[in-house]
Amino acid sequence: MAVISVATRYKTTVKEPGVPGVLKMNEERFVFVPNDPRSLMKLNVEFKNIKGHKFSKDGSKQALLNLTQDPEKGTGYIFEFDNFTDRNSCRDFVGRVLGKLQSVPGRPNEQSVPEKSAGAPLPEQLSAIEMERRIKLLREDSELLRLHKQFVLSGVLTESEFWATRKTLLGEDTTRMTKQRPGFKSAMLADVRPSADGRTNKVTFSLTPEIIQQIFAEKPAVHRAFLNLVPSKMSEKDFWTKYCRAEYLNRTRNAVVAAAEAAEDEELAVFLKHDDILANEARRKIRRVDPTLDMEADEGDDYIHLPDHGILRDAQKDTAETETEVSRRTLSQDLNRHAAVVLEGRALDVELGDTRTVAEALAWSKQELLSKEKSEENVNLEKQEKVARMTELEDLQAPRNPQYASLCIKDPREYFDSQQANALRALGGTEFGTNSLDLNLSKEEVYRHLKEQISEAKSRGLRNPIIRPDTALKVFSGLSQHLSSTRFQLGKNSQESALDRIPHRTKDDLMHHWTSIQELLRHFWSSYPITTAGLYNKVQRVKDAMGQIYQKLQEIKESSQSDFRHQVSLLVQPMLQALDAAFAHYDSEQQKRTAKSGAKPNGFVR
Amino acid sequence: MASAPSKLYQDDVSLVVALLDTNPFFWAAASLPFSEFLHHVIPFINSLLLLNQLNRVVLIATGTSSCGYIFDSGDGNASGNSNAVCSGIIKKLEDFVGKDSKIGKGSNGDGTRPAISSLLSGSLSLALCYIQRIFRSGTRHPQPRILCLQGSPDGPEQYVAVMNSIFSAQRLMIPIDSCIVGAQHSAFLQQASYITGGVYLKPQQLDGLFQFLAAAFATDLHSRNFLRLPKPAGVDFRASCFCHKKTIDMGYVCSVCLSIFCKYHKKCSTCGSEFNQVAPDSTIPDQKH
Repeated sequence: MAVISVATRYKTTVKEPGVPGVLKMNEERFVFVPNDPRSLMKLNVEFKNIKGHKFSKDGSKQALLNLTQDPEKGTGYIFEFDNFTDRNSCRDFVGRVLGKLQSVPGRPNEQSVPEKSAGAPLPEQLSAIEMERRIKLLREDSELLRLHKQFVLSGVLTESEFWATRKTLLGEDTTRMTKQRPGFKSAMLADVRPSADGRTNKVTFSLTPEIIQQIFAEKPAVHRAFLNLVPSKMSEKDFWTKYCRAEYLNRTRNAVVAAAEAAEDEELAVFLKHDDILANEARRKIRRVDPTLDMEADEGDDYIHLPDHGILRDAQKDTAETETEVSRRTLSQDLNRHAAVVLEGRALDVELGDTRTVAEALAWSKQELLSKEKSEENVNLEKQEKVARMTELEDLQAPRNPQYASLCIKDPREYFDSQQANALRALGGTEFGTNSLDLNLSKEEVYRHLKEQISEAKSRGLRNPIIRPDTALKVFSGLSQHLSSTRFQLGKNSQESALDRIPHRTKDDLMHHWTSIQELLRHFWSSYPITTAGLYNKVQRVKDAMGQIYQKLQEIKESSQSDFRHQVSLLVQPMLQALDAAFAHYDSEQQKRTAKSGAKPNGFVR
Repeated sequence: MASAPSKLYQDDVSLVVALLDTNPFFWAAASLPFSEFLHHVIPFINSLLLLNQLNRVVLIATGTSSCGYIFDSGDGNASGNSNAVCSGIIKKLEDFVGKDSKIGKGSNGDGTRPAISSLLSGSLSLALCYIQRIFRSGTRHPQPRILCLQGSPDGPEQYVAVMNSIFSAQRLMIPIDSCIVGAQHSAFLQQASYITGGVYLKPQQLDGLFQFLAAAFATDLHSRNFLRLPKPAGVDFRASCFCHKKTIDMGYVCSVCLSIFCKYHKKCSTCGSEFNQVAPDSTIPDQKH
């Protein structure tokens, strides 16, 4: 590593004389040591913190080199050299180092404050996606944002450390990419209407690819016809013309014309007949209905074939019997079919372009679905099993399991809160020593005494009144006070916890401190055992931050109102204990280190 | 906590088995003389009998070396007269104490180590057996509960027996109420009342003992659902070790039979399983919070 060491004078402003000393520079940092050992003007600054350098012109009065930290304000470290050659060599060196540093992809720009730590690892290279994810996470989770601001921006933790424990959060992003897919429109029920020109006798249908896909999904007979006929027998345009003609005929009340045309044109007939695929499907579904359901499912539910309430499309009412094969679809049939298709979901993600491909894709997906269904026998077996299970009579069964006492979960406050009271209060021991019994009394004496007492009771008889009224009153009031005080302490509501009863600000503060402590402690304990200088510095930083929070917690404890003081101190106690344990561990480790008297780790700042 | 429902009786009939502590060593030094104590307890028993015609009360005396039945209100010679009840109880007590002293003399010699604790485990067992007999006598039985009037301190040597009785009471759903008339709390009875759902009370004023008993312990189990009765602030769950019978907070537990020891043992004395691990150092390792 290249090193330069030059005698210079360090000054904070241009005007002052400056402190004479020696400036040593290497590729990472520069160190200035004054000649006077008593002076406090020592410097040890990393080049990472130096943003730029300025220098006075060659030949001016002073040979100055200003290593700037903040380009706007111009504050920096100003060194005056004895001659320009020295200054120039330093300047070139600095320029080179800075150039190298700044060409390395730096940390993300959200940090405006430079790191204060020494010996931190090199800045990591972040891909754009990673950055985006992090920013997105920070935006969504305000708690995370606050922690991030508190620790990373103040230099306690580095970015990489902060995110190292949150890999799962970052990784989960990809699953959220699936958008919601729009379903089928119901407009088809009403919209595929021809627009009739008033002047000519032409009727125009407009079919978009969307509508075509929907037609295929809802009318499997049409789909089948399409696959069969196009492009072998007729072109697509013809197909759709025929389809539209069939639709038109359906709309008109002219059953006779429809029948006539159907007789003439086979393909047209396909469109006008019952959709037999649908009919088959309906029948199969009916057969598969679970007989244990309390519904009657029989042939009458085949809504395709029976005429229903008679409302046809376009609000026509036609009660004439149709003996031909021309089906008259009613509105409710269409609605039901549409609803069934919507519930099945949109199985295709195919680009809507070529109708043929769409049709084929749909056919293929349907086939897949069919093959996945179990065979008829399996289904029947399952059904029988289920029927047997559901129709058994419970009374006639033998008892199956031994009976267990049911789980009774009591109010948890009873246990936990009472344990606290127990821990805070010292109960009298049950050993022998606390008894103020005079052990010198021998057994005979003691028994004799007892017998005396009993005979005294016998001779006196029962007292009247048994108890004095004022004593009784005292007892009652004491008991009621005791009962009401326990109720006050434990709270009226079993759902309420101690947290809800303290004021909101305190509660928020405490929660925030709790999460901060968790984060810090996680990093603290994971850095042990300390093997590298980086870990050592991390521990330092984390410990300082923990110290600050410790102070804050003490303040909260002391400043809380007297009503809540007890609860607050109970809540704060485990946090303080955790921090104390961490500090104790740190101190013991420090002692071990100094006792070992090994070399100081690299980069240890004073 | 609901007790075993007895379907053919009214809800509020109760059978109270009261365990009286007659440890002479305790009563010799107690602040409340034994005669006063009786003056509170006997009217209380009478009042229990007054609450409901079908109520039954059984008194069991807890001595230092034996326990015995003192009074059973369900006896054939149903004495309606409270005076008769009182004198009957006192007479029986006298006999019992006499017997107890004789038994004690025989076993302990001249009392080199006086038995300071009373035989709580024995009387609990007697009570449970009586109640079990009632359960098996037929379907018509009142709801039983146990009331312990305890003054002497706990004897750690009885820990196992007492805990076993407590668990049996829990199984049978019999609440154990405790009224402590002594100076210090009793960990056993605290645990007993906690587990079985009974009431634990240590009255501050012993001259108002009757009032305490009548307020907290007289109600039957059905009515307790509607009342708020005093609860202790904390329960002392300390156990005593099986080897020395000392009360301990932290100790070693056998992973097979869950018996508790204060020192490291190579072999469990209860179930005989051997602990193969190397004995740890005397310092307990650091615990991370």
